[in-house]
Amino acid sequence: MNALVPLPVILPLAFCGWSVAVGPRLIALQRIASVTMLAAVLVVDVVLLVQADRNGPLVVHLGDFGPPLGVTLVADRLSALMLTVSGAVTLLVLLYAMGQEGSSRGPRAISFFHPAYQVLIAGVSLTFLAGDLVNLYVGFEIMLMASFVLITVASNEARLRAGSTYVIVSLVSSLVFLAGIALTYAAAGTVNFAQLSEQLAELPLGVRTLSEALLLTVFGVKAAAFPVAAWLPDSYPTAPAPVTAVFAGLLTKVGVYCMIRTETLLFPGNRLSHVLMAVAIASMLVGILGAVAQTDLKRLLSFTLVSHIGFMLYGLALGSAAGIGGAIVYTAHHITVQTTLFLACGMLEQRYGTTELTRLGGAIRSAPLLAALWFVPAMSLAGIPPLSGFLGKLGLIRAGVADGGAWAYAGIGAAMVTSLLTLYVVTKVWNLAFWRTAPLPDAAPAPARTEPASPPPLGRGATLVLTEPRQAAAPERALPRLTTAATVAAVLLGLAYTFLATPLTGVADRSAAELLARTPYIEAVLAP
Amino acid sequence: MTVSATLLVCAVVLTFVGSVLVLTRSLTRVLMGIIICGNGVNLFVLAGSGPAGVPPLLYPGVPPETMSDPFPQAIVLTAVVITLGTTAFVLAMAYRSTQLTGSDFVPDDLSDRRVALRAELATERSQLRAKARAGETDRRSVRRSVRELWREQRRRLRDDRAYQARAGDYADDRWDDVLGADPESPPTPQDPPAPHQESR
Repeated sequence: MNALVPLPVILPLAFCGWSVAVGPRLIALQRIASVTMLAAVLVVDVVLLVQADRNGPLVVHLGDFGPPLGVTLVADRLSALMLTVSGAVTLLVLLYAMGQEGSSRGPRAISFFHPAYQVLIAGVSLTFLAGDLVNLYVGFEIMLMASFVLITVASNEARLRAGSTYVIVSLVSSLVFLAGIALTYAAAGTVNFAQLSEQLAELPLGVRTLSEALLLTVFGVKAAAFPVAAWLPDSYPTAPAPVTAVFAGLLTKVGVYCMIRTETLLFPGNRLSHVLMAVAIASMLVGILGAVAQTDLKRLLSFTLVSHIGFMLYGLALGSAAGIGGAIVYTAHHITVQTTLFLACGMLEQRYGTTELTRLGGAIRSAPLLAALWFVPAMSLAGIPPLSGFLGKLGLIRAGVADGGAWAYAGIGAAMVTSLLTLYVVTKVWNLAFWRTAPLPDAAPAPARTEPASPPPLGRGATLVLTEPRQAAAPERALPRLTTAATVAAVLLGLAYTFLATPLTGVADRSAAELLARTPYIEAVLAP
Repeated sequence: MTVSATLLVCAVVLTFVGSVLVLTRSLTRVLMGIIICGNGVNLFVLAGSGPAGVPPLLYPGVPPETMSDPFPQAIVLTAVVITLGTTAFVLAMAYRSTQLTGSDFVPDDLSDRRVALRAELATERSQLRAKARAGETDRRSVRRSVRELWREQRRRLRDDRAYQARAGDYADDRWDDVLGADPESPPTPQDPPAPHQESR
């Protein structure tokens, strides 16, 4: 069974190599191979999850070098659960994207989108499976390179601007990560997680805390926690819908995963729990207040993404088994729901040509299915029972009450306010985009002047190029069937969490117990 | 483990210089900053490998004490390769930016501009009010000026929104927009591409 562990990384990379070699030929075959590859990865993920749940962590030492020297891949319950959820979501997003591929540009789309997408998945899988800091770094970098390609392939200047922010922030955070690895290695003499967890305990408190703070900062940037989240609403909304969806679902949660992994395994005892708690509360409140102020649906969803990262950090900051279990359930739920919302938003955009709420309206009459596809995950995000968001929030709040401290109750209060405001935000979107009658063409914004009356330059690069916007909503376009089917499947996956609540929370609780116990992981890796 | 002070000082200086460059607006300067900063961090990693000048070789007969730690060097090698890749990418991005807008400057985010605009207008308004209170101007003209300001602000916000909405508009073929303009007809700086106009 252990031989299966590297497959989620190897299969997508193998497809990427093959696909680049074949180039823009054999389109049909490439599409089939792409889907088959991801389906195979999903099957492997499920097998890994079942095996890791039954028999404990699965470990592979690549090249047969032992822990101090070699590359170690570990699939424990948490890794396997994250792999399974991300595998299912990436498969659905791939189908969605394939539905949107136009026939005329098909070959060119194939020639870079599919390889880049598969490399992204390989990077994400490697991050989940990595058993040491350096592989975690390499996984991050693989993922980032692919995401750079996906976020900036667009040639319009708004996207390039947004992409620049994303690329620069990612590169700088990678450098900080490297410095953190250097510090940890120089102090402890190893980068293997299992060995580090033993070595770090013998170090002086200051060195340990510095190392922890550096790593937490880096993962906080990746996860878009509050003080370092400004790049996210800036860069995500301009990317194409499938790309935004998969980024929103996966990339930030990779940061959350790394936080959970390092906090529980390397730095037990949760010394920085107050900092984490403050970050969690600030993320929730600031993020959702940002969402309240937006009129563009994609930006609004990006702000709710920042906000709901706070819930997962809250569970981690509590540090109890219930808290971490709740955070894991919430992460699984949020990957699915946030992706689904962006997919539905992309369908809305494709059909009506805009996501600006002031220009949308009446979608429930012209596209009732789309309205349903938006409504269900939106209510789940807000936490309406019996949807999965409610289960996640309930778990977290119960963990907070069990903790009973002042910080925990402050977090509960923030979570309640955030949930209410989320409900307000999604209801506002529902009212504006779906429920009300469509705005008349006259109500559309007046054409912008081609020569603006000298907007104040906020810097040398701050030039606005204004062109005439469309007068009214674009003529409605029919949606490709595959796109719709993929979104329906994503909504159903979100609904399935309600029906599979017992197994899901069971796995989450068991993996939280495993994470806190630490010994299963360490013994499995260091076993001769 | 002994640490070379020279390495650390070099690492600090390089990282500082690089960080300053990263904070500029020009993508090419940012690229330089990332390269310099990356080299600084690489030196920092090397500083973790103990005394310099000892060969990092592992072969029979050589006692481990006379060897340098090869692991940081392996990490640095990985980091150098990754920096090379990202350098190529950012360079391509700066080139693309020059192709599209005529410069490689990264403009402000529109939402940031809105916030700044609101703050600016609020300041102007409060100054006008202060003047009126001091009796320098009569209240009616102040009221008129404030109304003008509001109108101006609303107009600019509308322009901004129209611009932002443009980023979300796209042609019938989704991948036209994703892939960008056709390579056979690269857009010139004088003629910025407008995807939604191409679709008509």
